[in-house]
Amino acid sequence: MTTLLEFKDVDVHYGPIQALKKVSLDVKEGEIATMIGSNGAGKSTLLMSIFGQPRISSGQIIYRGEDISQKSAHYVASNGLAQSPEGRRIFPGMSVEENLLMGTIPIGMEHCDEDMQRMFELFPRLKERRNQRASTMSGGEQQMLAIARALMSRPKLLLLDEPSLGLAPIIVKQIFKILEDVASTGMTIFLVEQNANHALKLADRGYVMVNGEIRLTGTGEELLVNPEVREAYLGGH
Amino acid sequence: MDIVLQQLVNGLTLGSVYGLIAIGYTMVYGIIGMINFAHGDVYMVSSYLTAIAIALLTFFGMESFPIIIFGTLIFTIVVTGAYGWVIERVAYRPLRNSSRLSVLISAIGMSLILQNYVQISQGARQQGVPTLLTGAIRFDVGDGFVQITYMKLFILFAAFLGMGVLTYIIQKTKLGRMCRATQQDRKMASILGINTDRIISSVFVIGAAMAALAGVLITLDYGAFDFYVGFIIGIKAFTAAVLGGIGSLPGAMLGGVILGLSEALFAGLISSDYKDVFSFSLLVIILIFRPSGLLGKPEVEKV
Repeated sequence: MTTLLEFKDVDVHYGPIQALKKVSLDVKEGEIATMIGSNGAGKSTLLMSIFGQPRISSGQIIYRGEDISQKSAHYVASNGLAQSPEGRRIFPGMSVEENLLMGTIPIGMEHCDEDMQRMFELFPRLKERRNQRASTMSGGEQQMLAIARALMSRPKLLLLDEPSLGLAPIIVKQIFKILEDVASTGMTIFLVEQNANHALKLADRGYVMVNGEIRLTGTGEELLVNPEVREAYLGGH
Repeated sequence: MDIVLQQLVNGLTLGSVYGLIAIGYTMVYGIIGMINFAHGDVYMVSSYLTAIAIALLTFFGMESFPIIIFGTLIFTIVVTGAYGWVIERVAYRPLRNSSRLSVLISAIGMSLILQNYVQISQGARQQGVPTLLTGAIRFDVGDGFVQITYMKLFILFAAFLGMGVLTYIIQKTKLGRMCRATQQDRKMASILGINTDRIISSVFVIGAAMAALAGVLITLDYGAFDFYVGFIIGIKAFTAAVLGGIGSLPGAMLGGVILGLSEALFAGLISSDYKDVFSFSLLVIILIFRPSGLLGKPEVEKV
């Protein structure tokens, strides 16, 4: 499998505070990779640094052979990277349909109708609410919209930042079921999560981040049974 | 009765022009959260451009009203739009990540630069354009009459057409969606592949184009202008934008019309000396009871 995205010794600073320390990782084509870690470990910083927000202070971010660490966010997005960000960040004043249309910017309107139908099959709740303002939807529906919006650009790599954040367990289960369906179409996914149990069960490979450093790495199953991971993220039983 | 009707017509015309200028304030505020204090002076520049366009067209022997008005509108809107683009590029973009205060000071500086540049290059004396469209419709009302000049009808038509076209662009086109996305969440918009710098430039161009439309209409109607006309009409349009809810596009248009109507009615029925006092008092009263304006959304602090 070829490597799609690679972090090489990436440091990120917020003023005097170092948020990422010599982070190296890779995501291979066709796999689901996950990064688990607690609140404030640097997971969202990691995903946002791919879009240069914030810029990394040293190291390289290599996407399909090109160092994208100094490129603009819209350049990165136009080359097949799509993110469903932390806190979902859907456009509250737009309808569901308009939010989905925003996802098509990198590829144009050519496949728009077809893709929108596909999203409505994947997320039937969105179809019911296609003309509703996004801000009036529940958290779970907004999360589905954020994922669907990212998929509308037909990305080569889908970046997901805590899709389970603030959602009821039953909705989390639904969303992970959908992610499984998406992955089965061959989509490469890099998932960042606090919910280690769900994330590691879904993922082929995982990384564990503690205080901006990668502490552990292994396959999903290896990490699920790792005593350190169980202690810190799975309630220790 | 006749005076009320007459002032309603006058107020609606004036208000539609306020609305056009207010659009520039409200869209810029919506997208980068700054008050563009140079916007009134962009309007002032468009008055001069109107005179230049008319002079050029007449020089080349074009005399029919439709050709002159059409040519003047295109020339003025394009050149004023270019001013808007340059102003953003020179005075605001380099300060994109600095404090709001720096951008505000830069805006005031840009306003002074435009006034002085026009004063030096065009002279300090009042300038004028010839009347191009004469005549009026008269209605008898009771024992008086109401008179609507063709020019006023034209202003109403052009201003509302301009607002209609802009509303369509913002609501229905891809450019409009990208503007709204950038306004609602600039960071997310860039992650979705939108070149937000380009969208911000477009908003400045759109705002300047609307001010240019207003500039052509008012200049043709009043005939006279100087390098300082942008100040008072800029303040009025800013008031209209705040009245309607700054950041809201329909709010700016509504605010403009309300301000124009109330000003005209107050001037006609009570006192024309105190009409400005009345319009600014109206602003104060509305802000006391609806701090975010008529159609504005209450500001929610983002965490």
